[in-house]
Amino acid sequence: AFFVFNQKGEVLISRLYRTDFKRSIADVFRIQVVSNSDVRSPIITLGSTSFFHVRVNNLYVVAVTKTNANAALVFEYCYRFISIAKSYFGKVDEESVKNNFTLIYELIDEINDFGYPQNSEIDTLKTYITTESIVSTAIAAEESSKITTQATGVTSWRRGDVKYKKNEAFVDVIETVNLSMSAKGTILRADVDGHIQMRAYLSGTPECKFGLNDKLVIDKNERGGISDAVELDDCRFHQCVRLNEFDSSRTISFIPPDGEFELMRYRSTSNVKLPLRIIPTVNEIGTSQVSYVVTVKASFSNKLSATSVVLRIPTPLNTTGVECKVASGKAKYVPAENVVVWKIPRIQGGQECTFTATADLTSTTVRQVWARPPIDVDFQVLMFTASGLIVRFLKVFEKSNYHSIKWVRYLTKASGTYQIRVSPRTDAHIMMSDPRLRSFEG
Amino acid sequence: MSTQPGQDAKFFQRGKIEEFRAELQAAETKDKKYQKRKTVLKKVVANITMGNDMSPLFTDVVQCLGTPLLEIKKMVYLFLMSYGRTKPEQIHLVIPSFLQDCNDRNPLIRALAIRTMSYIPIPVVTDALSDQLRHCIKDRDPYVRKTAAICVAKLYTADPRKAERGGFVELLRDLMLDANATVVANAVAALSEIGDRQDGVIFRLNLLIASKLIAALGESSEWGQIYILDSLLRYVPDKHADAEMMAERVIVQLQHANSAVVLTAIKVLLYLMNYMENRRLIDYICKKMGPPLVTLLSSGPEVQYVALRNILLIIQRRPAVLKNDVKVFFCKYNDPIYVKLAKLEIMYRLAREENAREVLAELEEYASEVDIDFVRKAVRSMGRLAIKVEPAADSCIQSLLGLIDTKVSYVVQEAVIVTKDVFRRYPGKYEGIIPKLCENLDALDEPEAKAAMVWILGQFADKIDNADELLDDLVYTFLDEPVEVQLALLTATVKLFIHKHQSDTTKALVHKVLKWATEEIDNPDLRDRGFMYWRMLAMNPTLAGEIVLAEKPAITTDSDRMDRGALDQLLLHTGTLGSIYHKNPETFIRNAAGRALIDSPALNANSRAVLVPLSRPQLPPVAVSVSGPGPTEPTRPSSPPGEAGTSKPSLAVPVASGSSEGRDLLDIDDVTAESGGGGDSGEGYGDIDDDGPTGNAADPYANLGGAFGGYSADEPKPMGNRTGHGGDLDDLLF
Repeated sequence: AFFVFNQKGEVLISRLYRTDFKRSIADVFRIQVVSNSDVRSPIITLGSTSFFHVRVNNLYVVAVTKTNANAALVFEYCYRFISIAKSYFGKVDEESVKNNFTLIYELIDEINDFGYPQNSEIDTLKTYITTESIVSTAIAAEESSKITTQATGVTSWRRGDVKYKKNEAFVDVIETVNLSMSAKGTILRADVDGHIQMRAYLSGTPECKFGLNDKLVIDKNERGGISDAVELDDCRFHQCVRLNEFDSSRTISFIPPDGEFELMRYRSTSNVKLPLRIIPTVNEIGTSQVSYVVTVKASFSNKLSATSVVLRIPTPLNTTGVECKVASGKAKYVPAENVVVWKIPRIQGGQECTFTATADLTSTTVRQVWARPPIDVDFQVLMFTASGLIVRFLKVFEKSNYHSIKWVRYLTKASGTYQIRVSPRTDAHIMMSDPRLRSFEG
Repeated sequence: MSTQPGQDAKFFQRGKIEEFRAELQAAETKDKKYQKRKTVLKKVVANITMGNDMSPLFTDVVQCLGTPLLEIKKMVYLFLMSYGRTKPEQIHLVIPSFLQDCNDRNPLIRALAIRTMSYIPIPVVTDALSDQLRHCIKDRDPYVRKTAAICVAKLYTADPRKAERGGFVELLRDLMLDANATVVANAVAALSEIGDRQDGVIFRLNLLIASKLIAALGESSEWGQIYILDSLLRYVPDKHADAEMMAERVIVQLQHANSAVVLTAIKVLLYLMNYMENRRLIDYICKKMGPPLVTLLSSGPEVQYVALRNILLIIQRRPAVLKNDVKVFFCKYNDPIYVKLAKLEIMYRLAREENAREVLAELEEYASEVDIDFVRKAVRSMGRLAIKVEPAADSCIQSLLGLIDTKVSYVVQEAVIVTKDVFRRYPGKYEGIIPKLCENLDALDEPEAKAAMVWILGQFADKIDNADELLDDLVYTFLDEPVEVQLALLTATVKLFIHKHQSDTTKALVHKVLKWATEEIDNPDLRDRGFMYWRMLAMNPTLAGEIVLAEKPAITTDSDRMDRGALDQLLLHTGTLGSIYHKNPETFIRNAAGRALIDSPALNANSRAVLVPLSRPQLPPVAVSVSGPGPTEPTRPSSPPGEAGTSKPSLAVPVASGSSEGRDLLDIDDVTAESGGGGDSGEGYGDIDDDGPTGNAADPYANLGGAFGGYSADEPKPMGNRTGHGGDLDDLLF
């Protein structure tokens, strides 16, 4: 069964694919998950019944089964439902679901049969599931055959009759940097989650070939020792990419869907270039104050700049106020979240910014434990890739032999993934030097 | 083809049947472009969604089928799928319309008709459907054929014998060889579903069909690839070469963007490896599996969770897969709690001498976080790390001491529990920290922590000057303590007495406790143990001392890993619910199909030796009135098997002086006896293919979750039926 719930646990969409469920199963989910303040798993199994849920905005997208379902498939399906809904309605929230509920029923009847996900390519779906009123006899059988052939065909993601005056393709290489750095500046983990987003506005059935850096090592195990090569630990491709060809000759060739899609996703852990260096000094002065000095250093070419830089610097829970001094940007204490938010609209490459502050604390009778969350940094750097990945070429072949224009853009960003720990941990006592213990050895 | 945003939210209002009926009737006479009927039907569908019974409108709604608007037809069909089953006496009204659609020129309409009919599993409809379906399976349009394939599965669910008599299973088999990959995939999905039924037909693949299916992978949709990959487990290779060839062709799927394709491909590879011989290829595949598994961690948190729970199983069976990747499992501060807990376990599994420092530094960091479960598990992991990696033990102990200094109650308690095991693992090495533990005696309010501390006090009573005072304090609340603590107190006071039998306070103390245990307590275990100690001490105190304080075997982490045969079996469920809970599905889902490796000449000898055969049906097919189909595995803490290194010391080896009686008595010292665990070389990082068959034949799942011992607070598990409900939860729900 498939449901969409709002935040209050009201059912917005309810589709029972199998007779082993009644609609009242929705109440069980409401009680177990929606009204439960401490849900600690996206999967809950009661007896033989399992509930899978994904949250999006103020909604719960829920799948229910009595079988030993493929959990990865169920979640991928939920994600896909969300992205289809987004593509159809622009956003996925209570309002848009309610406003389009009959269309959603049509969609989920089409993309899922008896619990088995079916063709879910947005481009194809849009050819026959629309909000326009269709008179059944009016769809020419011939037209429908085209649709069905496409929906079940080898390139189910693309219509054959796409036409553009101007043939263009936009490639966005977007990298998210994950960083976890210790208070002492040791990199605990630094890696890049990259994805290549493509917007293809190409006529006909274009055959595309895609090329990355010359010195690209896609499987670290294959070769070692090329120090300046860009190494990818792994990459995953859109359904349209011919995996066999990639496996044998490392070429990325495909017939793209029309419009926007994610061509490829990759991961890199070697030679990660960190665009921003953060050097924090956090000191507890007695029990009444905490002092901060945080420096941000932009370590990339001075022709580039980082934008929308936001640092979230945690403060103790019993903070009464924070006095901040910054040369660039603005810093503000947000009591509700126990952080100081320091926003810098732009940092030029090579530039350095510093933040100094003192937080005043109330005296508490019970010493509160401060979890000392890490400093979190969000930013964007255009035309920069932390992995060093570069798109060398994108070739488009089509039988009409038209000319096509290709654009490439690079973006490296972090949001909630770039973290610097601040805890200068008091080192644990050296055990045997503790006098209380020594007396004990004998 | 732009779609306009809908404006239908207004229909989400409870409506009256009578009003809707009147509106529908009014619309019949004057309805421009069928707008009125469309509006009413939307209201009806909204009300169905809200859970209001709209079935009385059956005849009125069915009338709307006469309109030529596809949108209206789909809403009426939706209505029929909701209520058709409950109206067997009226359903004949719509059959002609269905039949007409089944023969429509438009393939989408034909498919829609059979799809809808097959959702109404009552004889009138299935009879009509059967005839149509036979044509549709051979329809010239692949879309109709792929829909028909799933219809067969539905028909089979509604009435298996009818579907078999109708020859539909054979027709489905033919569809497996269809020229269209989507049709093939759906036929495979349908056959798999039928094959998994306990009353279904047996669905196996031979080499030829399996190869053809693999060939269809490239042209299938991502979902189709999953159905096909999954079905490959129904192929049993006879020759090593067949398995190897098959695996080589499946490997490319690891690069797919859909995580379910990746996990299912991994499942197939893990399965095929059991039938392979070529070491180099096996190593190559293991190497190939690592990166895609790690990449799954950049998916949404739900998929990450699925991946992590599976990785935990995979690295136990194939330690080579991710052995150098512990860093990627470090927790991010904003990971959801379920992801963090799952990562923590993997971190522990991957910890070894080379990375122990990094892992410990992470654990220290986690110990200061907010979520109590997570912090506890981090603390517990530190102790486990000390036990597992000897060179790291010193620094782990230092960290634990640092944590005890925080005085945070649950941190201290967790540290005490785990320190007790550290003492057992390294006898005579860390007893120096006992005073520190004693300082925190008052902070202990949980039974497990208290029992652990009491055990320490008793065991080392000779080294703790004021052990008698401390125990005396603790004994004060003896009668109110949980049994766990009472047992520990009883044994500890006896030990204390043996250590310091000349002291009068000690004598009085042991007397008091023995008297309580034998006279005031109803629990038979406690009483019996009290009597035995008493008699022992009365008859021969010296011998009693030898028995009670006999040397205990050191704890190891050998039995951390799940038994190989059990793992092999569980890995056949990679990616599914069973892999989340680390349980075979047939043990917690009624009517779920179990899986087992099937013997063949190609099956690896070691795999064969530990093969866990499938017995089916595992669960009673119908509801039982007793306790329902909850997990049948041992429930903690009554019999935690194979958890060496947790709070329960192992069954001791016979003492030199010990008679057989002595051995029995030793048992009493511990809450539960347990076996010494399997024969796996726990710390070895080679592929466990090299290991011979292991012990533990009695319960192959014994070591499941063993690494964290009795700590199951956060262990994902299906919820059983609460007592008091008295019946099967499933049946109560509906």
